[in-house]
Amino acid sequence: MTATSRPAPPPVREHKDNLKWVGKSIRRIEDPKFLRGRGGYIGDLVVANMLHSAVLHSPHAHAVIKSIDTTRAVAAEGVHAVITGRDAAELTDPMPDFGPNPAAHTWRCLAVDKVRYVGEGVVVVVADNRYLAEDALALIDVEYEPLPPVVDPMQALEPGTPLVHDALGSNQAYERSFDFGDVDKDFAEADVIITDHLRWHRSGGQPLETVGAIGDYDVSNGQMVIHCNSLSFTSYLFMVAGTLRIPANKLDMRPVPAGGSFGSKLFATKCAIIAGMCSRVVGRPVSYLEDRYENIANCDHHGSDRIYDVELAVMRDGTIRSIKIDTVDDYGAYIQFGVGHHGNALAQVVGPYTIGSVRYRVRAVLTNKNQQGAYRGFGSEVNNWMLEQLVDKAARELDIDPVDIRRRNYIRRFPYFIPTGNVYDSGNYDAVLDKALALCGYEHWREVQAKARAEGRYLGIGLIAAQERSVFSATEFWFWFDEPTAPVTSMPESVTLNVDATGGITATLYSQAFWGNSPETMVAQLVAEEFDCDPHDVSIVYQGSRNGLPATGPGGSRTTVMLAGAIEGATAKIKAKATRAAAHLLEVDVEDLEWANGGIQVKGAPDARKTLGEIAVLLHLFKHSFPDDIESGLEESKVFDHPYTTMPSADRKDLGVFYPFMGHACHIPVVEVDIESGAVSFLDYTAVHDCGTLVNPRSLAGHILGGTTQGIGTALHEEFVYDDSGQLLSASYLDYLMPTSLEMPEMKIGHHETPSPYTPYGIKGGGEGGRMMAPAAINVAVNDALAPLGVRLTELPMTPERVLAAIRNARAT
Amino acid sequence: MNSHDITLTVNGRVTKISVEPRKLLVDVLREDLGLTGTHVGCEHGVCGTCTVLLDGRSIRSCICFAVQADGAEIRTVESLASGAQLHPLQDAFWEKQGLQCGYCTPGMLMRSVELIEENPKPTLQDVRDGIAGNLCRCTGYQYICEAVVAAADRMRDGDGHDSGENQRAASTEASTP
Repeated sequence: MTATSRPAPPPVREHKDNLKWVGKSIRRIEDPKFLRGRGGYIGDLVVANMLHSAVLHSPHAHAVIKSIDTTRAVAAEGVHAVITGRDAAELTDPMPDFGPNPAAHTWRCLAVDKVRYVGEGVVVVVADNRYLAEDALALIDVEYEPLPPVVDPMQALEPGTPLVHDALGSNQAYERSFDFGDVDKDFAEADVIITDHLRWHRSGGQPLETVGAIGDYDVSNGQMVIHCNSLSFTSYLFMVAGTLRIPANKLDMRPVPAGGSFGSKLFATKCAIIAGMCSRVVGRPVSYLEDRYENIANCDHHGSDRIYDVELAVMRDGTIRSIKIDTVDDYGAYIQFGVGHHGNALAQVVGPYTIGSVRYRVRAVLTNKNQQGAYRGFGSEVNNWMLEQLVDKAARELDIDPVDIRRRNYIRRFPYFIPTGNVYDSGNYDAVLDKALALCGYEHWREVQAKARAEGRYLGIGLIAAQERSVFSATEFWFWFDEPTAPVTSMPESVTLNVDATGGITATLYSQAFWGNSPETMVAQLVAEEFDCDPHDVSIVYQGSRNGLPATGPGGSRTTVMLAGAIEGATAKIKAKATRAAAHLLEVDVEDLEWANGGIQVKGAPDARKTLGEIAVLLHLFKHSFPDDIESGLEESKVFDHPYTTMPSADRKDLGVFYPFMGHACHIPVVEVDIESGAVSFLDYTAVHDCGTLVNPRSLAGHILGGTTQGIGTALHEEFVYDDSGQLLSASYLDYLMPTSLEMPEMKIGHHETPSPYTPYGIKGGGEGGRMMAPAAINVAVNDALAPLGVRLTELPMTPERVLAAIRNARAT
Repeated sequence: MNSHDITLTVNGRVTKISVEPRKLLVDVLREDLGLTGTHVGCEHGVCGTCTVLLDGRSIRSCICFAVQADGAEIRTVESLASGAQLHPLQDAFWEKQGLQCGYCTPGMLMRSVELIEENPKPTLQDVRDGIAGNLCRCTGYQYICEAVVAAADRMRDGDGHDSGENQRAASTEASTP
């Protein structure tokens, strides 16, 4: 697709000034119940006659299940059912799977015939309580015949390696190479080629609350209710119903607040399906709540696990012409989302830079590990890290200042189409950088660094600039395939606004919107902005999927933008109806009326007005006072579809617009590396983000802080470590090390606001926050610190062992 | 399995209850006493999510058997607010946005209660040191530390309880970063 043949972007919006509630750091609407310990999480819910379940897990990475003897477990105290993987395969269909060729790597809620990773579920027991269910697990005898484990992803690709899935005939689930622009020409013309080999190990969201569900099947009418803290994709509930073999219109998913997700509860279907299946078997409600081990070992939501071989084509003045990316991604035993994580990266693959062409090759490998799912960034954060490592290396090799090389390459004209075809709607990268340099006191820290070096200390400053795409259309999941093609996905979000007889406003949301973000605060502030009311007076309801409107839920930093669009649309309908009612009451034409200060008044005669409450009470009780075309009540809904997405070209040389609202940030951590212990500590940390118009600056800052904390974990501490036999060595919080308050620097947060021209108020998403940038920034900082030793870390997390090994290696050469 | 009769004083209320010796304190609080504000996080005493005060000292209720608490006085998050009035710590957490998903919050609050009882005038660094045994996966701790210091200030000034009216939007803009 050529630039001239691109569909026109949506109309540029005019954004209002002088907003009353948007941009104000009000206290969050969600908080009081959580502060009181009345969150109502899935573990807090009790359904009458509810039973509990527990799952037996594979101790082997790779083994044939020879036999399962459940006799003793069935006879145990308080046990209602014992369901093996084979039983489950009779009761359910394979799990919802967006991956390539699912039939070649069939994924089921419990393993059948063969286990493919340590922790994979084998049998589920339903009992009176969790203690008794776990007692019964100990009475199950499973005979395994161990097979050689497939652990190393490069080894997995070698011919003759044992197969994770025999039906696939290979351990490579997917491979494709794309060229966007003339890569060969750009490389031929480059002055310098910077090459790198990089390794990003797997970590994960690890919310403090695990995934859980309560299934409640009514055999008398075939209705299944599932309470669950996952499954935001209400649009795809029919897939869950399909796995459970019930009609989709008989499945009612009821959203429950999630105690954190960070992506890891995005479409975590297994708990819901196991709970639903068990309920159907025993005829009573059944709770299945992961324990911590399961949430680490069997959650289907490990993060990216990549090896990169990359090349950057650069001119001597620092201009970057092109990039070649060759990556192998270890997906574990299944591949539920396909390589959507790489589609995600292609939305912003060139970062904030005018890189003219891109070659992207991905190989998705299957190994004997827990499979990948979603983790804050969804693969884009890995691309950010890879790109910034390369840019940093280029600056060093060309002896260009890290600030200068970035400024030389910044995109400055918007909307800007990157080589893959995605658009960056707006941005001001120089302004963000200027603000970050000032907030950090960059020159000061360079002086401190110089002094420290003279004293034999190793201080590093890690300046990076990176993108945070927001609001996906799901093209990224399917443009990998030529066939079958699909139209663009609209990924809708809906809101119903109801004005009661007193003028009180209730907003109904249709997805599992809360997982630690602030959907109620966002909705309340936006409704208050539209209706000139107090956000704390807005009532908010979460509707289950029964009678639900189309909804997608949080993910890909989409919630606020999409809810804003739905609220804007529903508000317009309500105001239109209220205006028609007011025109009748005030005996004027609709055109002579305007909305002002919470009511409708005659233009130029503000004393002739009706408040929303005055109109609402009449519409609720006295319909006969109005003309025939005005019905009783004051309630309107809006299904808001993705405002800017376009089709990929048939030859996939242009992927179309699929992630257009482009946030940006500059992070500058200052670290000190102790070369005796390998420990990295923070002296300072500055982060400036631009996510368009801010709704609640403090809550966005919270995302930046929390995301950066997780990024620090990714950069320095957190790793799901599998040994050579496929055993998971970091399967508890004793070994999976997440940052505590002592690991966290006191951060300096800055905001810059470049509104999107295409969204209500100019809002962009910002939920993935600092994790998009922190791993890149900290790696650059550590390498800056160790540069005098000729040491460069290329593998995350940079544990003390890896830091010391790199120093030893440098000294040895 | 045989049961033991124990007496717990939870949030000032004396409860006699018969429990299996293996039943964890957190499960008794949540399942038998209906106090679901205390949450389970890691289930092996690392993350601090299940923190309650036992005879004034913070403990991990996920690695404490209920029978071990026989005769003890226990305080949970449910003890903090007084009707419509939030405890100063709860109010400061709200104002400073010291929570996001809310799951670690009860444990964090109870550890903070203990911290302020031990040190009524903590610095930010004191709080950082003091809450290091409680994991929070959302906030990065910074606003939690600010909240604890702010709450301690208010408690010393005797302006502890925020009035219900002050919890309304108009006068409760959160701190700006």
